[in-house]
Amino acid sequence: MTDTAKFKPKTIYVTYIAATPERVWQALTDPAFTRQFFFGRTIEIEQQAGGSFTLRMPDGRIDVKGRVVEWVPPRRLAVTWSVDWIPEMRDLPECLVSYEIEPAGGAVRLTMTEAHQWDVPEALLEGGRSGWPAILSSLKSLLETGKPLSMKLEPPAGMIEALKALKR
Amino acid sequence: MCKPKFVYVTYIAAPPERVWEALTQPDLSEKYWFGYSVRADGKAGERMTAIDPAGKKAHDDPILESDPPRRLVYEWQPLYKDMQGERPSRVTFEFESLKGQTRLTVVHDEFDEGSKIFDMISKGWPAVLSSLKSFLETGKGLEPSWDAAAKRHATAAENA
Repeated sequence: MTDTAKFKPKTIYVTYIAATPERVWQALTDPAFTRQFFFGRTIEIEQQAGGSFTLRMPDGRIDVKGRVVEWVPPRRLAVTWSVDWIPEMRDLPECLVSYEIEPAGGAVRLTMTEAHQWDVPEALLEGGRSGWPAILSSLKSLLETGKPLSMKLEPPAGMIEALKALKR
Repeated sequence: MCKPKFVYVTYIAAPPERVWEALTQPDLSEKYWFGYSVRADGKAGERMTAIDPAGKKAHDDPILESDPPRRLVYEWQPLYKDMQGERPSRVTFEFESLKGQTRLTVVHDEFDEGSKIFDMISKGWPAVLSSLKSFLETGKGLEPSWDAAAKRHATAAENA
């Protein structure tokens, strides 16, 4: 079991989407959707708490690995999150990513929380702070218009240097 | 202690010129800004004004910088009676063009510690900017009635 109490929220992103909670849940958990809005990543997820969770890059490499901590469709999904594709990040303590889906009249309020169990340097938090708005903006576009946004993913300037500094 | 600062980034499938228009022209803003008519199409030194759905003036603040369609800065001091007593805060919009899309960054800062207005805007901006994105991409903003923040605004308007 993952002790979620030791994780402190560091980045929170809220967006309102004109869709049902079920559609938002499907978009977050179905590879046919994640491939379109999550920078081409394919999700592989076992549909229960304790199950495995992987985000795979278009070339087949693993981007993120983790385990399902909460699986409550269509309300709440939480997974542990270890970035694998950047070698310097493999040994860092895993973080916890959770999605909360709440009906808000005819729309849905989606809240993404990235929580950490250690004193993460600000430069590393920039990775999520630049990535999540792009990913979740694209998710909203996909569900409302049928078309995701067109964007490239690059680690923010300073993040790789900060990782190397941690190793020293 | 850090002073409260709100930062929000959204990506919109529309060019910066259209996002700028929607944020500065009252006939557009009232279609997604939960019925508020927001005018901010003047130069630096001119006024940003907002009229709430009940017809009451909610804002009459100076525009600090205006560089269409790249950067817009104005002060923010709600005129509602129950929100007075705090110094003016500051809203900065930055528009970045990405292949016909816009990366819009909103920074709302210059609050005092413990600001009540900060709590309100932290809930309000994600709703307003989500609705702005929907409006520009689908032609339709989100509904005002679903958001608790919009209800609080309405209550504030009645008390004003």
